[in-house]
Amino acid sequence: MKKVIYLILTLAYLAFVYYAKDMFDAYTLSILSNIGIFAILALSYNLINGTTGQFSLEPNGFVAIGAYITALLLIPAETKLDMFALTDPAPIVLKMHADFLPALLIGGVAAAFVALLLSFPVFRVRGDYLAIVTLGFGFIIRILAINNPEYTNGAMGLNDIPSYADFTWIGTIALITFVTMLHIVYSKFGRGMKAIRDDEDAAIAMGLNTFKLKTFAFMTSAFFEGVGGGLLASFLTTITPDQFSFLLTFQLLIIIVLGGLGSMSGTLVATILVMGGMEWLRFLDEDMVIFGIHTGAHPGMRMVVFSILLILMMLFARRGLFGDKELPEIIEELKEKFKKSSK
Amino acid sequence: MSRYILRVENLTMDFGGVRAIDNLTFKVPKGSTYGLIGPNGAGKTTVFNIITGNLKPTKGKVYLEDEDITGIKPNKAVYKGIARTFQNIRLFKSMSVLDNILIGFDRAAKYTYFEAIFRLPRFFKYEKEIRQKAYELMEIFGIREFAKYNATALSYGNQRKVEIARALATNPKLLLLDEPAAGMNPKETDELADIIFKIKKDFNLSILLIEHDMKFVNKMCDLVTVLDYGEKIFEGKPSEAIRDPKVIAAYLGDFTHA
Amino acid sequence: MDMQIFLQQLINGASLGSMYALIAIGYTMVYGVLRLINFAHGDIMMVGAFLTYFGMESGLSFELAALLGIIGAAIVGILTDRIAYRPLRDAPKISLLITAIGISFFLENLFTVLFGATPKAFKAPEYITKVFHIGEIYLPISVIIIPTITLIILAIVLYILYKTKYGMAIRALAFDIKTVKLMGIDADKIIMIVFMIGSALAAIGGIFYAISYPSIDPLMGVIVGLKAFAAAVLGGIGSVTGAVIGGFILGFTEILVVALFPELGGYKDAFAFFFLILVLLFKPTGIMGQDLERGRF
Repeated sequence: MKKVIYLILTLAYLAFVYYAKDMFDAYTLSILSNIGIFAILALSYNLINGTTGQFSLEPNGFVAIGAYITALLLIPAETKLDMFALTDPAPIVLKMHADFLPALLIGGVAAAFVALLLSFPVFRVRGDYLAIVTLGFGFIIRILAINNPEYTNGAMGLNDIPSYADFTWIGTIALITFVTMLHIVYSKFGRGMKAIRDDEDAAIAMGLNTFKLKTFAFMTSAFFEGVGGGLLASFLTTITPDQFSFLLTFQLLIIIVLGGLGSMSGTLVATILVMGGMEWLRFLDEDMVIFGIHTGAHPGMRMVVFSILLILMMLFARRGLFGDKELPEIIEELKEKFKKSSK
Repeated sequence: MSRYILRVENLTMDFGGVRAIDNLTFKVPKGSTYGLIGPNGAGKTTVFNIITGNLKPTKGKVYLEDEDITGIKPNKAVYKGIARTFQNIRLFKSMSVLDNILIGFDRAAKYTYFEAIFRLPRFFKYEKEIRQKAYELMEIFGIREFAKYNATALSYGNQRKVEIARALATNPKLLLLDEPAAGMNPKETDELADIIFKIKKDFNLSILLIEHDMKFVNKMCDLVTVLDYGEKIFEGKPSEAIRDPKVIAAYLGDFTHA
Repeated sequence: MDMQIFLQQLINGASLGSMYALIAIGYTMVYGVLRLINFAHGDIMMVGAFLTYFGMESGLSFELAALLGIIGAAIVGILTDRIAYRPLRDAPKISLLITAIGISFFLENLFTVLFGATPKAFKAPEYITKVFHIGEIYLPISVIIIPTITLIILAIVLYILYKTKYGMAIRALAFDIKTVKLMGIDADKIIMIVFMIGSALAAIGGIFYAISYPSIDPLMGVIVGLKAFAAAVLGGIGSVTGAVIGGFILGFTEILVVALFPELGGYKDAFAFFFLILVLLFKPTGIMGQDLERGRF
């Protein structure tokens, strides 16, 4: 019965993703695409932060890796020659080329490989070094991008990235990400990751190789963040180092906290809410007239509101929308409660 | 083959100038239930932590059968066949009873990360297999009906059972129980003793346990070592231990301090 | 490179290192008592520098403005703990870390909204910035003042830690929070003192930064904070002396590497990160630290 419901939902979703082009205008499609990309990023971020409980601040770094590699693989050589303003592109930059899907995958694999390298210093020792190392890594990536113009065109970034990433691509990959995350969570690997979150010493005492599990979670997150970055590059068609600032990570953090750390379905719901909220609160950054007085534009006001929101959530509603449960489990619980109360 | 499952030889452990264990030697015969007893702070849990590799001893050796396992990595100790429970129950609190026990079957589920992500046949085969085994274990412990409950929602006695079942799931040769009867009422304690007798036979186990409850020790253990301030003050049958003047003095001291 | 330039760079390194050291002390002390990487610590330093700047803008003398900055930062630090961290003492660790990031982002954006994102020129009084020379070496007086004050502060902090009742309590707390509570010490009060000291020192570091660069902006604490944390890990997290040593090592390295290999100038901000990775790989306990994180049962 359940299987039939899931199958129908999946087919309905895929139909929506494939026919959306014909149903909506460009603006709506771009919002849907944005939500799709953020869903991919937030779902994968939740695997390491929520399911495994290892606080990390990496997404902006891995998204940048995926975005740059995918972009460089997609842009034709002659366009690169025209575009690189500060210095000639390195020979490898001119030579590298791939179709869209391989380009996305290569971006993801590159990010996962970097995650593997980072996991040795951070997961072999106890403590929350992952957070600070990934935070630092986000800055390093930016420094590298700016200081290696022969690969990245420096601070000017890359533009004229071929625009393959439409909502069909994004929506499909979002579904693949979601299903992959659920398949991990509902396997011995997901159980092990949760065990690490609950009590790492006890997990080790049960024979779990916690280094391996944390590294798997981290690499998987990085892979999908890399792929998401590639999608983002092709969707926006231009990228600059400043796009991959900590702001991106912060938005994703808000999403996974609101959805519930460890809940993939919660993350999906929260992505829609937060992305919608960001759009809706845009007026906060702009000039407002209160009682006839112009407040002036206040870039950053939204982020003040969102950071207060994050702190309040941690203080008073730490479990977020779904806690660490998935939607079907929540429905099951509600049914139980309803049965009890009607008795 | 050794007739001892575990040998601890000349074990000494210092914590920053304080000697927690002093030249301790004992041997656990295969198939026996062996008690490590003594007043609070005698160093019993420290001995456990050394056996499981959580602590490296200052001096001395630990042998499992004939293999030197001194300072082994804690997760490797499990592969060698040592499983443990904790003094203050440590279940995975966000997980169900079933999932807690499935963690113990982690190594028995021999599918890879990719097989899990792509849901290949081996994933289903092993998941089915370990679930079946987990239900069998829960049956033995009489906690099957709680399979889907959150582990921490259970009564104290039942949480103990989940913890022992989880340890058994790792397929150990030697089971270390840290105060299994602590916080249980007499009825629960009797029930637990029956279960331990049964699993010991069914799973062909040797058991090393730490306990305060002398009645429980008397009932369960074939041999005991009594520790006081990290030193062995008695080794032998439990029935003799309770008549030994040194042991009585150590325990009386404990009572008067308390 | 001739000797004079080398000496000049060495003195610059000491000045830069002082700044990292002062900020690293706060990281290491908070980590010691709460096992928390206080992401907001770099931003507290920014708050200290900004309050000093605005004190001077509104007509206070530099000394009074600096005092305002230090006290203000200490208050913000205490409030951060009181409002955002204390309610989460028994919560999962990740909640505390997320809150810390929230506070950090809040302070950065609040100051951006209030004062704009563009850097502001910081005008320190002439007696600090005046250039003097010994032979061929030309130096602003600040590069001598800054390390001197830092060493005096270190002496005071070490005195507090090792010779006073509060210092004993702080060290006991770093060892085991549960036992300390049992001993009847008010852990929350001790933690408050740690935040007060740490934040005040960060503010002093921030003022030194403002004097040396000489400009401030709302995001100035991010990179400096990150570097100071790396310095604390290098010195051995939990150890105050270690934090100071780590800070100076980092300061000297940055200045000397750039002096010796000018082509690496663009990567100056990345050195700390590589230090951090190397320390975690090869000596996670740092130069002076003990293993604070061993699994215990």
